Amino acid sequence: MSVRDTVQRTIAAVASEQGKTVPNLNDDLSLLDSGLDSLALAVIVARLEDELGVDPFQIESDAAFPLTIGEFVSLYEHASPMRNGASIS
Amino acid sequence: MTAHGRALRDWLGKGFVTDTQRAVELATLSGPCGNTFRNKNLLLTLPRQLDMIAALIALDGCARRVVIWPENIPPDPATEAAIRRAAEIDLTVTAWPPARQPAKGAPEPVDATEWILFTSGTTGRPKLVVHTLTTLAGHIAPPADGAGPVWASFYDVRRYGGMQVLLRALVGSGSLVLSDPDERPADFLRRAGRHEASHFLGTPSHWRRALMSEAADTIRPAYVRLSGEIVDQAILDRLRAAYPGARIVHAFASTEAGLACEVEDGLAGLPANLVTHDGPFADLELREGRLFVSSTRQALGYLDGRLLPLRGEGGFVDTGDRLVRAGSRYRFAGRDDGVINVGGQKIHPEEVELVLNAHPAVAMCAVRARRNPVTGAVVSAEIVPRDGAEMPDPSSLHAFCRAHLPAHKVPATIRIVPALDLAASGKLVRARA
Repeated sequence: MSVRDTVQRTIAAVASEQGKTVPNLNDDLSLLDSGLDSLALAVIVARLEDELGVDPFQIESDAAFPLTIGEFVSLYEHASPMRNGASIS
Repeated sequence: MTAHGRALRDWLGKGFVTDTQRAVELATLSGPCGNTFRNKNLLLTLPRQLDMIAALIALDGCARRVVIWPENIPPDPATEAAIRRAAEIDLTVTAWPPARQPAKGAPEPVDATEWILFTSGTTGRPKLVVHTLTTLAGHIAPPADGAGPVWASFYDVRRYGGMQVLLRALVGSGSLVLSDPDERPADFLRRAGRHEASHFLGTPSHWRRALMSEAADTIRPAYVRLSGEIVDQAILDRLRAAYPGARIVHAFASTEAGLACEVEDGLAGLPANLVTHDGPFADLELREGRLFVSSTRQALGYLDGRLLPLRGEGGFVDTGDRLVRAGSRYRFAGRDDGVINVGGQKIHPEEVELVLNAHPAVAMCAVRARRNPVTGAVVSAEIVPRDGAEMPDPSSLHAFCRAHLPAHKVPATIRIVPALDLAASGKLVRARA
């Protein structure tokens, strides 16, 4: 599964756990409009750190917080040792 | 000195004390103190509990002050220097009996020897707390028939909880089976069983581990006591099921305040009517949601170069523990110094542990803060599954938590682990290394 898939799957899982309906996760969707509140984002970041072994916000602590789903995904794609397209066994 | 006007050596009955290596008749531990230690301030850094017991028996009523270092490993030089300064130490004693036998002499009573204990809190720097045999054991009633029970303690005698068990055994003419920190719970229970121990004491975490062990059914306790951590209904119910014949008691005590209350009705928390100025053990009071305690078992003060007061307004000690009213009971909600701050919302890890511990597949758990770039912190949990229970799937545990907790208290991540660390005090280690 690619980093993008993992990120999108985690977002969907956390949203559904928290009873939130998330619109289609296209790259242009603003995080503010995604229906995810800060707690949901916090949980997503924690889960992704366990799954991908990386917290991009810790590596680039001065990086601007992503505004869109696309920026969020690409932050993980660039920080992850497992580049886009690589697969988890 | 003194419990009922006697030094500790005057209390030794026919009982024994034993650890993993030795069994000693208590009467043989009553050696002379000698002039080397008379009226001196001593730092005791003895690596074995049994040696510490022998030293305390010899030194009570002889030394002026004994500081009881609570670890097997001696303090690092900087810590030792700080203790020596704070407690005006004349001598550090690293082995017992001392290599050179002190000159003999009839132990002339000195003023009550000060026993200095370290606080066992899970957070912050430990403090030095001043007790005497009177504050520690003045309330222990010697048995009328002269023979006390065999106590088995998961606690270390060098901290308040374990010290209380030791003194109950000594002043109460009983015997004591000591646990070793490196000993598996199953081995300790079997050993205690062989010595026919009937009175067992430990923290809820000790008991969760004990019930997980294959030797849980090799003991036949008449008395089971829990203290040192918040007691939840799940552990009380599991102990009741495992030991149907036992009196199961949970207690609240602290190094500074002493014993505040005991609860024996099989339910978690305290009956609300125990929070009163006429409690059987102490006066209890709620101030701003925290438990304040006043009693004769209280320490004399903190030691920091001089004796600092630990009592606040009206002579009460602030325990720092929060009580929340639920119907006719209070339940312990945790301490402010352990709070997890999730985006400004404060969570006591204990309230999340309470929920997880009630899950049928969970044997024990630890809930911690995990740093987070969005909310500052999130809640994370580590779970040890119950033996024989189906391995719980983290997503079903998440769902279980969501059914019982508001969203910000639900652990963001849940990991299944084979075991959890306990501090030397028997309390769960929540801080990240």
